Amino acid sequence: MAEYSVFSLIREGLSGHKGWIRAWRDPEPKKSYDVIIIGGGGHGLATAYYLARNHGITNVAVVEKGWIGGGNVGRNTTIVRSNYMLDGNAHFYEHSLKLWEGLSRDLNYNVMFSQRGVLNLGHCDGQMDAFARRGNLMRLNGIDAELLDREGVRKLYPHLDYSKDARWPIYGGLLQARGGTARHDAVAWGFARGADRRGVDILQNCEVTGFERDGDRITGVKTSRGTIGCGRVGMAVAGNTSRVAAMLGLKLPIESHVLQAFVSEPLKPLIDGVVTYGAGHFYISQSDKGGLVLGGDIDFHNSYAQRGNLPVVENVMANGLAMMPYLSRVRILRSWGGIMDMSMDGSPIISKTPVDNLYLNAGWCYGGFKATPGSGYAFAHTIAHDAPHETNREMGLERFETGYLLDEGGKGPTPKLH
Amino acid sequence: MIRITCPHCGPRDQDEFSYAGDATRTRPADPATASAADWHDYVYLRDNPAGPHLEFWHHIHGCRRYVKVLRDVTSHQVLACGWPDADLEAAQ
Ligand SMILES: Cc1cc2nc3c(=O)[nH]c(=O)nc-3n(C[C@H](O)[C@H](O)[C@H](O)COP(=O)(O)OP(=O)(O)OC[C@H]3O[C@@H](n4cnc5c(N)ncnc54)[C@H](O)[C@@H]3O)c2cc1C
Ligand SMILES: [Zn+2]
Repeated sequence: MAEYSVFSLIREGLSGHKGWIRAWRDPEPKKSYDVIIIGGGGHGLATAYYLARNHGITNVAVVEKGWIGGGNVGRNTTIVRSNYMLDGNAHFYEHSLKLWEGLSRDLNYNVMFSQRGVLNLGHCDGQMDAFARRGNLMRLNGIDAELLDREGVRKLYPHLDYSKDARWPIYGGLLQARGGTARHDAVAWGFARGADRRGVDILQNCEVTGFERDGDRITGVKTSRGTIGCGRVGMAVAGNTSRVAAMLGLKLPIESHVLQAFVSEPLKPLIDGVVTYGAGHFYISQSDKGGLVLGGDIDFHNSYAQRGNLPVVENVMANGLAMMPYLSRVRILRSWGGIMDMSMDGSPIISKTPVDNLYLNAGWCYGGFKATPGSGYAFAHTIAHDAPHETNREMGLERFETGYLLDEGGKGPTPKLH
Repeated sequence: MIRITCPHCGPRDQDEFSYAGDATRTRPADPATASAADWHDYVYLRDNPAGPHLEFWHHIHGCRRYVKVLRDVTSHQVLACGWPDADLEAAQ
């Protein structure tokens, strides 16, 4: 299959774009595969890619109930960062960020990763102290972080509310300059194409409906396109994790909640990077088409509905207006929701399971998009070696039994708060 | 907007309430004899069904009592409401 390059672009541009070929095949399911990955979201596709690229395992299928990219990977606000404190998280997300930095080249696909910086605003002395602590911990872990005072923030973002009447005055901020955004669809498509080129079958409209078992092993995956035999099974179905796990009698430390996102009418360049409000939950960036992309809290109740309710819409907009009052004159074009796999400690699970040949990738809460390459990398390693990679050593399911939780926010087993 | 019927106050909008989660969990009766596995199950594991879900909502901006709600989490439709000890599924 042809490499994408500036030459292929010029050649196709001059010949009416008639020579492009499809980016991945649409094969019939084989009788069996060495590895079946359930879920064609970012994580499932990245896992298949790294299974082939890093471990030479190419007899692999990704089974997706709808179309690839139709889940959260195509619904998120695309914020990429690695500003974590706990060792078990920090090194994992930093590894993922490093993979992002070389991803377009590695995939030969432009994922439009843009390191435009992620800035968290601080609004009181206590919050600035907490930012200093977080920044120091990040730097001790070799991750970039910069503490800005009010003037430093104003230099980067002159249009925030610096007036005397600001509801919560801006004291400063914590900047991760290497953070940024990426094009979400391109991430799904780039990993799909990369996996397909190495022999992976991507099976769309193929819903997993059950399993065939022999004791503690899965021998076959029942799907809407027939039963497919398998060596190992990796599950990466995000908000649907509990449903698929229930088909195997597994109960997990996860609740499904809906998170909404919003896009405005396109505007001229206004917000350079990603800015988050510190006195409420609100984050905003501007897409390359000019739309403001924004979001806030989940809807705070269990949901599988992929759409949210008005109280959160109002809350998100109120936060935005407090930070940037001029937003009141901007029209919102679209809003939507995605189902989040909220874990009990707010951190992800990349793990072996009580079922011998089943591996679990779940619990991504608000933040699994940035994890996509790192998660695929670590999950592929876990599946290939039947043991975790060094980056996901602390992300095992057993931590909920041993008590070695990864509770970055110190919020306890209340998924709606993570 | 979800509308919840508090048995004490009557029908109210969801933003008068704070969500208090899965109502099917039972705290181990005797902490002295409960095993680590019992606590793990109670504190961390959830059925998380896609369909009717039994849950508690705390009427924080009303009577401050807890309300039990049976709600279809695939549509957000409230199916039944009652006091915390009500058997809402049987009433369906
Ligand atoms: C509104 C919103 C904003 C977000 N913002 C950010 C952000 O700014 N930064 C960030 O890092 N993260 C963000 N996230 C989180 C991030 O999008 C997710 O954590 C991540 O995409 C989840 O992994 P995934 O891509 O593999 O999931 P998905 O794309 O949801 O993939 C799971 C796939 O499994 C499939 N599936 C489910 N059940 C079955 C079955 N039975 N058989 C076969 N296939 C099945 C689904 O159809 C789906 O395609 C956001 C999420 C949402 C909803
Ligand atoms: Zn009441």
